[in-house]
Amino acid sequence: MTGRLSRREMLGVLGGIGTGALAAGFAPIAFPEADAAEPGPKRQWAQGNEYNMPRPCFQCENAPCLRVCPVAATFQTGEGVVLVDQDRCIGCRMCMAACPYGARYFNYNEPPGHQHPFQHPTPEHPVPQQKGTVGKCMFCVHRTEDGKLPACVDACGMGALYIGDLVEDVATNGQQTVRLSQFIRENDAFRYKEELGTGPRVYYIAGHGQLWES
Amino acid sequence: MDSRTHTRYVERAMWPIGRGDRKFWIVVVVLSAMVAAGFYAYIYQLQRGLWVTGLNQKVSWGFYIINCVFFIGISYGGAMTSAILRLTNAKWRAPLTRLAEATAVAALLVGAVYPIIDLGRPDRALHLLLYPQVGSPIVWDLVAVSTYLVASFVFLYLPLIPDLAMCRDTLGPSAGRVRRTIYRVLALGWRGEPRQERSLARGIGIMAVLIIPLAVSVHSVLAWLFAVTARGGWHSTIFAPLFVLAAMLSGVAAVILVVAALRKVYGLQEFITAKHFRYLSYLLIALGVGYLYFMVSEYLTEAYVLERSTTPVLEAIFEGVYAPAFWVFTVGGLVLPLVVAALPGRFAIARACTGSALIIGGMWLKRFLIVVPGMAEPVMPWDWGRYAPTWVEVTITIGSAAAIPLLLIVFFRFFPAMSVHEMEEVEGAELRRTRMVPAFAGGGDE
Repeated sequence: MTGRLSRREMLGVLGGIGTGALAAGFAPIAFPEADAAEPGPKRQWAQGNEYNMPRPCFQCENAPCLRVCPVAATFQTGEGVVLVDQDRCIGCRMCMAACPYGARYFNYNEPPGHQHPFQHPTPEHPVPQQKGTVGKCMFCVHRTEDGKLPACVDACGMGALYIGDLVEDVATNGQQTVRLSQFIRENDAFRYKEELGTGPRVYYIAGHGQLWES
Repeated sequence: MDSRTHTRYVERAMWPIGRGDRKFWIVVVVLSAMVAAGFYAYIYQLQRGLWVTGLNQKVSWGFYIINCVFFIGISYGGAMTSAILRLTNAKWRAPLTRLAEATAVAALLVGAVYPIIDLGRPDRALHLLLYPQVGSPIVWDLVAVSTYLVASFVFLYLPLIPDLAMCRDTLGPSAGRVRRTIYRVLALGWRGEPRQERSLARGIGIMAVLIIPLAVSVHSVLAWLFAVTARGGWHSTIFAPLFVLAAMLSGVAAVILVVAALRKVYGLQEFITAKHFRYLSYLLIALGVGYLYFMVSEYLTEAYVLERSTTPVLEAIFEGVYAPAFWVFTVGGLVLPLVVAALPGRFAIARACTGSALIIGGMWLKRFLIVVPGMAEPVMPWDWGRYAPTWVEVTITIGSAAAIPLLLIVFFRFFPAMSVHEMEEVEGAELRRTRMVPAFAGGGDE
């Protein structure tokens, strides 16, 4: 990995039949903060003809969404996760237009989540989200800061999703721990739309014996 | 122009001021009702959130962004028409400039509201001033549009000063004390002294030069809003000039319609004749042909290479879901109106108006074809997005469109519809024959 090193790395392992478990039914569980009635992230999560292609935020090193935000509500943490300051976002949706992965969604409705009387979302802990602002997958910073796995990794019964750390070169799906660089190399992992130069930090591993049309 | 025509000119220019017959009020009430319906729809949206619109996760920009580009474009054309006519010293401009400049301001006031309507959190609009990130095209927009707004107000106001003085001097007590005070204050003590004339001429000249780069910048940054993204339909280098030309085209068309309508309503037929419409049509044709050229250049280069990201958009536009809109626009909204306006012979006014109306409709469709397919195109390997506006968006759109004629009639109820001072100036220039006037600008045709 070149350039700025990111601390976290997510691996989506894409198999054929086996990973069908990562279907629509799982998404609401995987995203406790996302609206179960919100069609956006859930439906997109499960779509695709031959593959189930999970689409988290790619946490690009050179994130296009970061530059276009008129109020600098989108920022990158020291660990490389791109977050939205829920108190500053004005809901112009410019970042949704700029994201080459369609990874952002707009909170058209009141997002569910515990409206805790004493807990207000902070920039680095944007939970729960607010209506009228843009939301995104944030590698569950609110869970990982407590040492827990992201909800999607936790929820995937097939262990198809890995989260890792590029600096420490380690990744886990909750069941096994692998050496990140070796795992990527041996499984011919690829990054989606790498040619755009945004430096996506999500790797996919295609199924065996199947054609992958990127 | 003899003194009798001169008197008639002043009389007609001042005629709408203070008029309030039944027809006037009927029009005002109807237009106000449409605007009020738009306001109601916006309040409805404010209370509930953006889900009441047809916007969704894939197509998150729709009618509001289309309308923003469309109305600001019309405004640009109004300002540009007036600036071009002034800079080329077109003698025939005198009865038209005021109408064009007022159209520019009215359309801009409407267009500039749309970004706010589109916000998910309009209550935080102030964040744009508190925490601006200079790298964002939206901040460029904010700077460019607000500068242009001020400039277009000044551009409307400067030539108005001598006419305001005329209102101050000629309108009797019937005008009421408040209005006479307003005229007096706004006239800035204009006495027609040579020193004042010189400053005014210099001010108008500077503004006419300044308004062109300003308007170009506004439309370029509006285009960059789209072009700086990685989306196939948008990431194009020709977008900025394409938008600028589109704006001028739709703006000139709007000026033709406004001039034609107000000419009838205010009885200006004597001064605004078929000749004016013929000249404006020339402008329209030149811009339309230029636009066609830019568009062909854009689509040809993209469709020849067929990159993976642009192919789905081009397919959808040329032969897919959006093909009806595209071909209606290309044939009915661009080529046909240009032919209609370019034909020689009779009915110049009717032809210019028909062509303009078609072009305005076509240019709205074109903005739709830029915004929506570019958004709906799948950036990931899954389905196309869908977008259909709800009654909220449609009502706001209609209401805002009605706001432009409403603003214009209300404005001309208080201020002269034609520039009297400018007419005198142009007439004076004609007597002296000091300058060469290009044939396009009306030289040698009388």
